[in-house]
Amino acid sequence: MILARILPAGVVGLILFFLAFPIVVVAIVSFSSATYLTFPPPAFGLRWYEAYFSNPDWLKPTWVSIWVACAVVVLATFLGTLAALGIARLPKAMRVVAAGLILSPLIVPGIVVAIGIYYAYSRYGLVGTPIAMVLAHTCLAVPFVVTSVTASLSGIDPRLEQAALSLGATPGATFFQVTLPLIQPGVLVGALFAFITSFDELIVALFISGTGAVTLPRRMWDDLRFQIDPTIAAVSTLTIVLTAALMGAAHLLRKRAERNRMATSSAAA
Amino acid sequence: MISAGTNGADIGRGASVTLSDLEKTYDRASAAPKDVDRVSLDIRSGEFLTMLGPSGSGKTTTLMMIAGFETPTAGDIAIDGKSVVAMPPYRRNIGMVFQNYALFPHLTVEENVGFPLKQRGVPKPERARLVAEALELVHLPGYGARYPRQLSGGQQQRVAVARAVVFKPRLLLMDEPLGALDKQLRENLQLEMRRLHADLGITFIYVTHDQEEALTMSDRIAVMNDGKVAQVGTPEDLYDRPENRFVAGFIGESNFLPAVVRGVENDVVIAECDGAVIRALCPGRPASGEKVTLTTRPERLRFADSAWIGEQMPQNCLSVTVTEAVFAGERCRYMLQAGDGTSIVLKEPSSAAIRRRAVGERAEIAWSVADTILV
Ligand SMILES: Nc1ncnc2c1ncn2[C@@H]1O[C@H](COP(=O)(O)OP(=O)(O)O)[C@@H](O)[C@H]1O
Ligand SMILES: [Mg+2]
Repeated sequence: MILARILPAGVVGLILFFLAFPIVVVAIVSFSSATYLTFPPPAFGLRWYEAYFSNPDWLKPTWVSIWVACAVVVLATFLGTLAALGIARLPKAMRVVAAGLILSPLIVPGIVVAIGIYYAYSRYGLVGTPIAMVLAHTCLAVPFVVTSVTASLSGIDPRLEQAALSLGATPGATFFQVTLPLIQPGVLVGALFAFITSFDELIVALFISGTGAVTLPRRMWDDLRFQIDPTIAAVSTLTIVLTAALMGAAHLLRKRAERNRMATSSAAA
Repeated sequence: MISAGTNGADIGRGASVTLSDLEKTYDRASAAPKDVDRVSLDIRSGEFLTMLGPSGSGKTTTLMMIAGFETPTAGDIAIDGKSVVAMPPYRRNIGMVFQNYALFPHLTVEENVGFPLKQRGVPKPERARLVAEALELVHLPGYGARYPRQLSGGQQQRVAVARAVVFKPRLLLMDEPLGALDKQLRENLQLEMRRLHADLGITFIYVTHDQEEALTMSDRIAVMNDGKVAQVGTPEDLYDRPENRFVAGFIGESNFLPAVVRGVENDVVIAECDGAVIRALCPGRPASGEKVTLTTRPERLRFADSAWIGEQMPQNCLSVTVTEAVFAGERCRYMLQAGDGTSIVLKEPSSAAIRRRAVGERAEIAWSVADTILV
């Protein structure tokens, strides 16, 4: 009896431990006062955060990553939302094909995508430019936007758009006053995922960031290979915190959208 | 202020609607029958017309074609004499109340009701006045700041009506607007719909599958079946003079008696049914010897030996056996069987003075020729 209750909890605990342990270690090490990576740290301090914030070799890639991610958010959200709207209006058979094509960057192994992008971009001399990073990351981020916007579109009662039209709203007015506000949570969630996708991306960056567009993950990779000091632990911890915060925001948005939908549909059902 | 709907040569406040051989087939590839099949209706200005029919009979599809959300496969729709088939829905100026209300969840009640005015460029102060007026009309003043999810089903329904009439359309379409509400509320709102219709004076096209609702509310009813109009007429027409077996069976309860035509006298058919001579009303002239079905309502049959005070002596009689007797308070309901095996239902107003029949008892039933229809 007791075993039956403890065992599942134990297994879950073990899994969580395996998942979280590396992150916890990194976070602890980042507050180390030692000059080398060691665990457990002899004492605690903020010197590696200071080292990060005062070193242009770290700050420059951070800014590159942020700028690239922001540009990706704008592009991918715009394109992904339009794509989702278009797909929703296709006949069913074509919808599956179109959705499959758009989602393909998620299905094809990352390394294959990276090699493909590398060859394609090098022909046009794009490798090593921020534009290349933005374009490549947009390809990777669009599927997330499409998925999230499609999900919120499918939750919209088509009669709402018909109601707007019957009340005299032109198709354009219907889109901006009814459809867009209703899918807005999905668009925002897609935008957050687009940011995270770009900000965390390494494989494509390894191939095409060159020396002109070194992103933060790429800088971390180089750091691990050529020298190693606890700054990387500080950077990692900051990245984890940022990503987790964005994920949390996305989750809250989703929950809120769901709640609104439930409230209206159940009242009318 | 609102230019819409006041295009000079107004005859009445309501639009007239003409459907001519309207057809719709969703899946043209399949061999399935047409979803709407040669529907022709002349709806008069200011009329309350109800489309009544079972689920899947093409009511919603017809309404959607009038509203402009579905394109007819064939036929024409004219509003005030002008064809609107090529006109997009947002230019038709038709109010519509959807089955699930379709209120915008992200807008307040006030913004929902003001939505059609905003699209027409009505300035804000004027808009606020008209919205308040419309909410008053549906007995929901003071609810403007709420969101639809904060309202009950009945209140949402009223908001949907306010939103559909605030821009003063000449035609209001409603698709089972009371379908989701409980019986008590539905009956209250039925009365309100009638009142609204009288107040506004505009044309209503109302869809329902509830015959009681249709009978109590409508000026005329179009009974739909399998995409076709089975009969159009006033509630009395449909109940007293059904033109076919579907209408007789769908509206109210009916008895169907198989019979053979023996002759025709003026508008009265003389037929033989289970060895008895039965007279029935019939506009056509069926041939002698033709096999037909006669229909009568259970509450219009009487036992021949009960008192017929102040009533005209009935002319149709039949011998039956009582197979079931149920006392239901205000009425007694008897299941009877004729000699040829036909089941007949008879409903008799209950009275302590009337003798109750027992199961197995033989009896004569009688009823008026006017209550006998050949279908
Ligand atoms: N959007 C649609 N696509 C395909 N078939 C439809 C669609 N809407 C309705 N139908 C079909 O058309 C017929 C009539 O449906 P409908 O007009 O909704 O009937 P009602 O409103 O009387 O219940 C049904 O057979 C239904 O299956
Ligand atoms: Mg319907």
